[in-house]
Amino acid sequence: MVKYTEKIQEIAKRLLQEEKVDVFIGYRKGTMPMMNQPVLITAPEEAARLYWDNFCGLNLCNYLTKRTDRIGVIANGCNSRNMVTHIIENQIQREQLYIVGIPCEGMIDHRAVMRAVHYKEILDIEQNGKTFVVKGADFEETFEKEKFLQSNCAVCTHRNPVIYDELVGELVEEQTDVSAYEDVEKVEAMDPEKKQGFFTRLIGRCIRCYACRNACPLCYCPTCFVDESKPQWVGKSIDPTDTLTFHFLRAYHCAGRCTDCGACERVCPMGIPMRQFTKKLNKDCLELFSWEAGLTLDQRPPLDVYRPDDYNDFIK
Amino acid sequence: MTDKVYGKEKWIQGLEGLKNDYKIYVPVKDGDFHAFMPMSEGKAPDFDYDNTRMSPKAVMYPESERLFEYSLDDADPEANILKESPKDFSPRAIVGIRPCDAHGFQIVNRNFDNPEYRDPWWVRRFGSTTLVGLGCNRPCSTCFCTAVGGGPFHEEWLDALMVDLGDRYLVKGLTDKGEGFLAKMTGGTPADEGAYKEAEALAEEASQKIVSSPPTDRLKDQKTTDLFNAPFWEEVAFGCLNCGTCTYLCPTCWCFDIQDEVFGKQGDRIRNWDSCMFPLFTLHGSGHNPRDQKFQRVRQRFMHKLKYYVDKYENGVQCSGCGRCVRYCPVNIDIRDICERMNNFESA
Repeated sequence: MVKYTEKIQEIAKRLLQEEKVDVFIGYRKGTMPMMNQPVLITAPEEAARLYWDNFCGLNLCNYLTKRTDRIGVIANGCNSRNMVTHIIENQIQREQLYIVGIPCEGMIDHRAVMRAVHYKEILDIEQNGKTFVVKGADFEETFEKEKFLQSNCAVCTHRNPVIYDELVGELVEEQTDVSAYEDVEKVEAMDPEKKQGFFTRLIGRCIRCYACRNACPLCYCPTCFVDESKPQWVGKSIDPTDTLTFHFLRAYHCAGRCTDCGACERVCPMGIPMRQFTKKLNKDCLELFSWEAGLTLDQRPPLDVYRPDDYNDFIK
Repeated sequence: MTDKVYGKEKWIQGLEGLKNDYKIYVPVKDGDFHAFMPMSEGKAPDFDYDNTRMSPKAVMYPESERLFEYSLDDADPEANILKESPKDFSPRAIVGIRPCDAHGFQIVNRNFDNPEYRDPWWVRRFGSTTLVGLGCNRPCSTCFCTAVGGGPFHEEWLDALMVDLGDRYLVKGLTDKGEGFLAKMTGGTPADEGAYKEAEALAEEASQKIVSSPPTDRLKDQKTTDLFNAPFWEEVAFGCLNCGTCTYLCPTCWCFDIQDEVFGKQGDRIRNWDSCMFPLFTLHGSGHNPRDQKFQRVRQRFMHKLKYYVDKYENGVQCSGCGRCVRYCPVNIDIRDICERMNNFESA
């Protein structure tokens, strides 16, 4: 982590000095343990503010949309896949980006850490490669990182960036023996009422703050359907039907585009397992179209193309 | 004043006994966090908590509330007449509320009950609610109640205060409302000198545990236009997602939106919490949006809390120092840092 941080700082400084980019986007260390803040720097001397650790679980592609300058940006596997999707969808040009690739071994789930120390206040976390030490006012506990990965990272098969201009370190080994969709299969096996119940319970705590939507790089519509007011599409109260409508429609809008970066789930202040909405659609895309989002610049997402020779009848 | 000491179980039994007199809200463990819930919903109160994730704001001021209803059925003789919806104003008590959240209610009250404007529903609920506080024995590193006029055992905005003495609570009546509540409680023994001494020591120890103290002393004297045009807003706002986490978790954010929802021939007028972080918050009917950029919305949130409110009410900042926005902001925008920047800002 320290090595990555130093390397990121060094590259950003060089890019800004050589005027290869106008701005550089990365993270700075947060004021709270397990929290880091996306930051944009414009001068080489600011590069020392850049930081990287196991808690950089947002998606920096979110900060690229429709920018017009030349941008240096760090990207691990999932973030880079969103950048691919952004390029295909004309939200940014490849030539504008200098992607500093981060071979990633997964982010730590901050909620799992809180649970493991029984919700005692965490004052500091020391990260030592495969283990990390959690420190509070009157305790200190060591944990293995592998057991605390964010749920999306635990089943990730694209840890290395798919496009990059430079790497901060050696590529890492990809995971191959993961079963990514066990949870989805359980929901698939439910009858309609149970499914309805499952999703209704899932959003029971939703406060409609839209953190999930706003953390998602796919959600760049100038006006989101929930914000349409002439006419209004969805009710604005916390009525469960309206809330479910928001979550389902948003998920469908991400079908074939979601990279399972987990930002929606990480940012939810109420701890809703947001990926349950998008994963089924990812699974369908994989099974029906052999498609995983953001792996190539040469092909548009399956639900975003029309081909006269499509083998399906309904489309003709 | 009839301060009393209750064994912890006796205290909970006493609360159970008040169920017919009050709707009692208590902190309960809800998943990873705590939330204020009515005691009648079967979950055991857990007073050994730091603070709830959502502030108790919704007890007084629900996230969504039906204000009026109407019929659009022409056959109905009362068609198109707006009628007030029934609401619950029966006595309620929030037991175990932290002094910072009681401060939050006081701050919102200044906005909803003043010579210019009285919100009838807020005023009635505020009047019928008893706040039985719980002193904070272990403030968090993100707490800064003492920097904004409060403290972990601050009594000013409470009707009664519980102090956790380990195996028992010392409960002090602070207002007539609080005394009335305690008078209905069964059990308890008159408070002894020892209990007061223990409580005093705990309060002293707790206030020393508060490590955050963003300065607010110069906010009032700063020129509004200087702060408005300060160079740091774009930087402060860069990482912001413009989600509603900070505003919805905040005990002092009061903004709302009123919507009409029609189903068939039945219409409801509903008041929902709103957030200045959302672009829709300021979208005009004309299509113009005076705050169409993210940094303008972020600036608004902090200017409102730390400057406009300060100037308008001359009663401190619109923040009770609970630290929720610091803990839960998904991108770590820290009001303590921004408060310091605003307070210490030197115009060029």
